[in-house]
Amino acid sequence: MLSRTADHLYWMARYMERAENTARMLDVNYQTSLLPQSADEAEQGWRGLLSISELTGAFHQRHPQVNARNVMDFMVRDAANASSIHACLQAARENARAVRGALTTEVWETQNQTWLEFNRMLARSDFLREPGEFFEWVKFRSHLTRGTQVGTMLMDEALHFVRIGTFLERADNTARLLDVKFHAAAADFFGTAATDDVQEYDFYHWSAILRSVSGFEVYRKVYRNVILPEKVAELLILRPDMPRSLAHCVNEVVQNLRMVANEQSDETLRRAGRLQADLRFGRIDEILATGLHAYLTQFLDRIGDVGVGISRDFLVPVAA
Amino acid sequence: MTPHFDEMHATSTTVREHYRSYDRWLVRQPRDVIRSRREEAEMIFRRVGITFAVYGAKDEDGAGTERLIPFDLIPRIIPAHEWREMERGLRQRVEALNRFIHDVYHEQQILQAGWIPAEQVLRNAQYRAEMRGVAVAGGVYAHIAGIDIVRAGNADGSGTYYVLEDNLRVPSGVSYMLENRKMMMRLFPDLFNEHRVEPVAHYPDLLLETLRAVSPAGVNEPTVVVLTPGMYNSAYFEHAFLAQQMGVELVEGQDLFVKDGFVYMRTTQGPKRVDVIYRRVDDDFLDPKAFRPDSTLGCAGMLDVYRAGNLTLANAIGTGVADDKSIYPYVPKMIEFYLGEQPILRNVPTWQCREADDLRYVLDHLGELVVKEVHGAGGYGMLVGPAATRAEIEDFRRVLQANPANYIAQPTLSLSTCPTFVESGIAPRHIDLRPFVLSGKSVQMVPGGLTRVALKEGSLVVNSSQGGGTKDTWVLEG
Repeated sequence: MLSRTADHLYWMARYMERAENTARMLDVNYQTSLLPQSADEAEQGWRGLLSISELTGAFHQRHPQVNARNVMDFMVRDAANASSIHACLQAARENARAVRGALTTEVWETQNQTWLEFNRMLARSDFLREPGEFFEWVKFRSHLTRGTQVGTMLMDEALHFVRIGTFLERADNTARLLDVKFHAAAADFFGTAATDDVQEYDFYHWSAILRSVSGFEVYRKVYRNVILPEKVAELLILRPDMPRSLAHCVNEVVQNLRMVANEQSDETLRRAGRLQADLRFGRIDEILATGLHAYLTQFLDRIGDVGVGISRDFLVPVAA
Repeated sequence: MTPHFDEMHATSTTVREHYRSYDRWLVRQPRDVIRSRREEAEMIFRRVGITFAVYGAKDEDGAGTERLIPFDLIPRIIPAHEWREMERGLRQRVEALNRFIHDVYHEQQILQAGWIPAEQVLRNAQYRAEMRGVAVAGGVYAHIAGIDIVRAGNADGSGTYYVLEDNLRVPSGVSYMLENRKMMMRLFPDLFNEHRVEPVAHYPDLLLETLRAVSPAGVNEPTVVVLTPGMYNSAYFEHAFLAQQMGVELVEGQDLFVKDGFVYMRTTQGPKRVDVIYRRVDDDFLDPKAFRPDSTLGCAGMLDVYRAGNLTLANAIGTGVADDKSIYPYVPKMIEFYLGEQPILRNVPTWQCREADDLRYVLDHLGELVVKEVHGAGGYGMLVGPAATRAEIEDFRRVLQANPANYIAQPTLSLSTCPTFVESGIAPRHIDLRPFVLSGKSVQMVPGGLTRVALKEGSLVVNSSQGGGTKDTWVLEG
């Protein structure tokens, strides 16, 4: 298949997944903001969100004040913000349009329809009235997109590149989401919960993270326990059966990467495989001993490195 | 202006034979059903993304520069015997055109025989000296030809088909022919139970067969690709559609490169050789080494590979010399010269403004004529005398006098009309027809073509870039 086609498929999937994750992060912050909390705490939540997406600087160029309305505006409909839902859905659709011949009718029409509907909603400012419903809509369009991909596409290279894009992006996003507390509180978190207040905050914080990855019920089912930070971290980092965990994402990346391997991709496969092995044989107490933030930072570097390798080996070389 | 001719109605109260059954169906349909079907069609076209891009335009709904081509629900119906005759005429014409292109790049017999003035061909901007003596696969140049046909009325109430224009470079519109049929079958399945309409859906198969048949000598399993200028081109939908329907790669110039005398495409598994390129990029942009150096749409070195016989381009380079408006008046002569036959399809009488007598006549009758630029396309740069204001005519007179050789003129044919849904209900609107003729091992076509309709009342300009729409075209079995 054409390298350019693979490139478009890969980015189509990445952008759709990013739109979903942005919606998840916004949703969880929005839901949290409905809980009784001080203005400071609320603002901290929104700051954290900007910080994990590495967008604090860009945000302040457009808005003087961090508050729910400004952040939502920036992250939903600001087309100039490359991580906004607007920009992601547009980029996903543009990439799909560039290779519509390589997509099934269902996949293309789903992507196109998402974009057209989004524009209608944007024109009516639906997301301001019912943010929760809007974020749900984004998530379901993403579910539908993935569903049409695995349900209708030939299981060939095209699908493999789509899946690689989806799971690389998801790995990146889950890692950032887990790191959010660090960004919000500007401190590593374990053992700092000295008072009951902070413990209560922790409960809501960690359950919010779980909910943002559709993991709250999964957590209960797996651990049958109260919400404990180290278990949440374990679930989202190491459990291979949790669909949004780092372990699962990397497993999928490696599996699909093997299917498309070519003469120059050995090194990229080796690095991805090594990351997979670390996750497979890692233990949560080790990770926490290193420090969660340090661990996640390193993970983001390594997954970014795999992404660069994939671009170099298969796709349109970045500096072509 | 020629007398008015309507495809459906012989008089205001009588319906022509081949439209009777459709007419009975139409009067049974409640008006609101038709309206909701129209909305449904529009929604589906948007969702499927059957759009074309308009340069420099911007939409308010965020769809960027993508527009829908209006689709009219009333089909244009052609009776079987008319189509049989037209098909014979199309075969004959395209065969002669291909022979002509081969001739002017080889022996130039028709020029030596004095049937066409040599300088009109050899000095033509579309004549590509690079193609002199190049042997193209199968001797075919215009693999895909779009022949524009109109019908005009006669004094006795009958109508006559005329060829208005031959499109031999990169004719577009065939995807709309296919999508319009799909849409009609989806919206009105019962209509297709009541009528025996010749199918058109096998066009991509014929196209692929044609392209495979003209692969370079010695290639058994040719790799065929479609070359597009990219997703911002106005016909991008069609490029993607045809590539997908044929199951071949849709490539851009940046995907191709030349190495050791062959063209390759960059794939995830390394370079892959390309044998046949159905290119939807104009000659000028194909090879920056040979033609426009600033082109990023083509592939450097492609011309050398082509000339060496290691690549087939469809259509060939240099076909423009045969569809130029200044050459058009000679097509009936080509048919006679190469095939020894009388033309089955008529040409529209044409005055060549390069000739002093013709120019004088044209200047005296500007108000009645259509004057066109020799190289113009898309309905731009032309004067429709009867529809123009006095000031427009005088402006055009100056432009024409400044460079007469750049223009031809024809009588204003009143293109036939077909009933069409408009704001106020159903009203006649002018139409044309573009059948697509494929030349590979043999000449093939699907029955019918793309019918375009001028939606503005009285307008004779059917181009989509100027407010034209399309209709499904039915050739009835018989």
